[in-house]
Amino acid sequence: MRFDCDFAAGAITALVGPSGSGKSTLLNLLAGFEVPQSGAIRFDGEDMARVPVSERPVSMVFQENNLFAHLSVFENVALGLSPSLRLDPTDRDAAEEALASVGLGGYGARLPGQLSGGERQRVALARVIVRRKPVLLLDEAFASLGPALRLEMLDLVARIHSERGMTTLMVTHFPEDARRIAPQTVFLAAGTVVAGGPTETLLDPGTAPQAIRDYLGSAEST
Amino acid sequence: MATRSLTGAGTAAWISVLALVLLAAGAFLPLAIMALPGGGGAVAGALGDPVVWRSLRFTLVQAALSTGLSLLFAVPVAAALYEMRRFPGRGLVLRLFALPLALPQIVAVLAIVGLYGERGAVSRMVESAGLGFPSIYGLTGILIAHVFFNMPLAVRIVLGGLASMPGEYDRLSYQLGMGFRARFRHVVWPFMRPALASAASLIFMLCVTSFTVVLTLGGGPRATTLEVAIYQALTFDFDIARAVLLAGVQIAVTALAFGLLARAGGEVSAGLTVGALRPFLVRRHVPGQAVSAITILVGTLFVLLPFAVIIWRGLSADLMGLFGQAGFQRALATSLILGTLAACLAVSLSLALASGMARAAAGRRFRGERTRAERAIGQSSSLILVVPPVVIAAGWFVVIRQFSSAYAAAPVMVVTINAAMAVPFAIRLILPAVTGAAERYDRLCLQLGLRGFSRLRLVTWPLVRRATLLAFAFSLALSLGDLGVIAIFGSQDVQTLPYLILQRMGSYRTQDAAGLALILCAMTMALMMIADRAGKEDSARERSET
Repeated sequence: MRFDCDFAAGAITALVGPSGSGKSTLLNLLAGFEVPQSGAIRFDGEDMARVPVSERPVSMVFQENNLFAHLSVFENVALGLSPSLRLDPTDRDAAEEALASVGLGGYGARLPGQLSGGERQRVALARVIVRRKPVLLLDEAFASLGPALRLEMLDLVARIHSERGMTTLMVTHFPEDARRIAPQTVFLAAGTVVAGGPTETLLDPGTAPQAIRDYLGSAEST
Repeated sequence: MATRSLTGAGTAAWISVLALVLLAAGAFLPLAIMALPGGGGAVAGALGDPVVWRSLRFTLVQAALSTGLSLLFAVPVAAALYEMRRFPGRGLVLRLFALPLALPQIVAVLAIVGLYGERGAVSRMVESAGLGFPSIYGLTGILIAHVFFNMPLAVRIVLGGLASMPGEYDRLSYQLGMGFRARFRHVVWPFMRPALASAASLIFMLCVTSFTVVLTLGGGPRATTLEVAIYQALTFDFDIARAVLLAGVQIAVTALAFGLLARAGGEVSAGLTVGALRPFLVRRHVPGQAVSAITILVGTLFVLLPFAVIIWRGLSADLMGLFGQAGFQRALATSLILGTLAACLAVSLSLALASGMARAAAGRRFRGERTRAERAIGQSSSLILVVPPVVIAAGWFVVIRQFSSAYAAAPVMVVTINAAMAVPFAIRLILPAVTGAAERYDRLCLQLGLRGFSRLRLVTWPLVRRATLLAFAFSLALSLGDLGVIAIFGSQDVQTLPYLILQRMGSYRTQDAAGLALILCAMTMALMMIADRAGKEDSARERSET
């Protein structure tokens, strides 16, 4: 695989492409879960090669298992403030506040198993908020939710983005996700970046390159 | 007709169940005979015998201590192996940790005496440092041997438990910047704890029924377990009443331990396989890495050194002279013949039981609960765990000598009891293949009218062949190394290799014993490696199929 691209700071960019195209690998590289064989990953000009996972300016939300099932919702959020759960009163307030801002005020004592799939992802976003990292990576974070819930979650991401201006990269299978909140889109196929640009033109069946039109299929052109 | 073949478990399975139950019943026959008028008084008289209660207490104490120590050392080694997921040789260490399970206990005892006994390498090192080293004979030796067998087992079980952790947890813990302590507490420990509970119950059960280690390292009446006391009552004191009472107590204790194991969700064959951990490259601090590396090194040396001693001492023995001894040649032939027969019997029983379970399971495909047939078959396969081999052998010994020479029955008893011993392991290896074959091809076979032997030959056998060979190799290794049954039934006429080693040890011919140990070790380890390779090809093929 070979990736050559840059992402605008403070913008939401969608990563679109067929499965196996390397979308998740790209996010894993950025987060530090995988190491490039050659080349460099730069954030704000600084090379990330020697920066350990926890020091990178990145929060990542997976499709599932974002929460430790044996820890309470509150503790799961608070881990973003102190990885050993040593919390002072301001930390506790911050965690509660973050939970309230994703619409889960008062849910802190519950276990993740008592929450719905959408609520669990909200908790994961609450932790993203308290971590205050400048980059947010969403790896098909909402793919397993129903359509209405998915759109709701996208709007929540858009709100968090407008409040904090995080550079947000979002892997998704749904072109409408990109159209809804991501002004920029990068299209990947076969382990490499095929095209990038404004979502409107890149994912418009009329103006898109052939490879993207193949991916979108006839359902999108009608 | 078709529906019955689906729901019934099949004749072969029920015959196997009957055979296992009959064999275990031998342990209870003397109790029944003794309970007849005239005999009951003798058993009741044995109740006052201090030997019985002293061995009961020692059995429980040594098993509890062995379990505690095994886990105490297993936790840091497992945690270090989990942290250091990508060092070269990690796979080798894990494979090394699977070997003690199949190493004949008598061989391990010889090696442990060579290391920690008088003039042993480790004890001399400790003494030259100005410290005292307790005698290997007694509780110390028993604990060292039990930790050698069970610490690696616990490590494998714990790593297997950790493999069930979602990969995201791992990544999250690093992204959130958890240190070793926080990660252990919040991420690793919650997955380690249930695995430790099941490891603890399994190890406790193995130690409660430990025979060879205690027989050879136990020092006199102070360090005698129930099983060894049974053996002594039968072979030295001819105190049948005491043997029967001891057997009864032992069955009660193992039944209790087995209940604990079942409640803890433990599995007898746990540790046979280790789930793969997702490799993941993380930069870590040097001090943490050094501690992990030292922990792994010490754990590995503890397991590896006995093997090195076996090889070293065995090679310096007069192997050529040993091969020329008529006694050795006879024991080797006896071991191979009886072992092969026992392994064949174990595999046949397991195949029959597994097919029975698969057929019974197919009958309830749309209902969640296991049928009575399934449960009965499953329980009969683990009967040997509740009624341990030495107790069964002792029971049949008492019964047979009422009618004829018990020693003449040695071959039959060794083959059947050793086969029953291997069944719980063999069935765990065979069952997944058999149920897989049934699930995939049941309907097709019914449609085509494939039944009975032709179905076995054309459909089932090609799919379960590899698992069966694996089970055969493991069963053979287990029976080759067993000393329990032959210790009771062995005589000048019927001797196996472990029995010969015990005799040579008793007559202080340590050179011979060392040579024999190397030969027996090489045989069982070769079998384990064959099984290991077969298992790996199997899983590689499964991966490529999905």
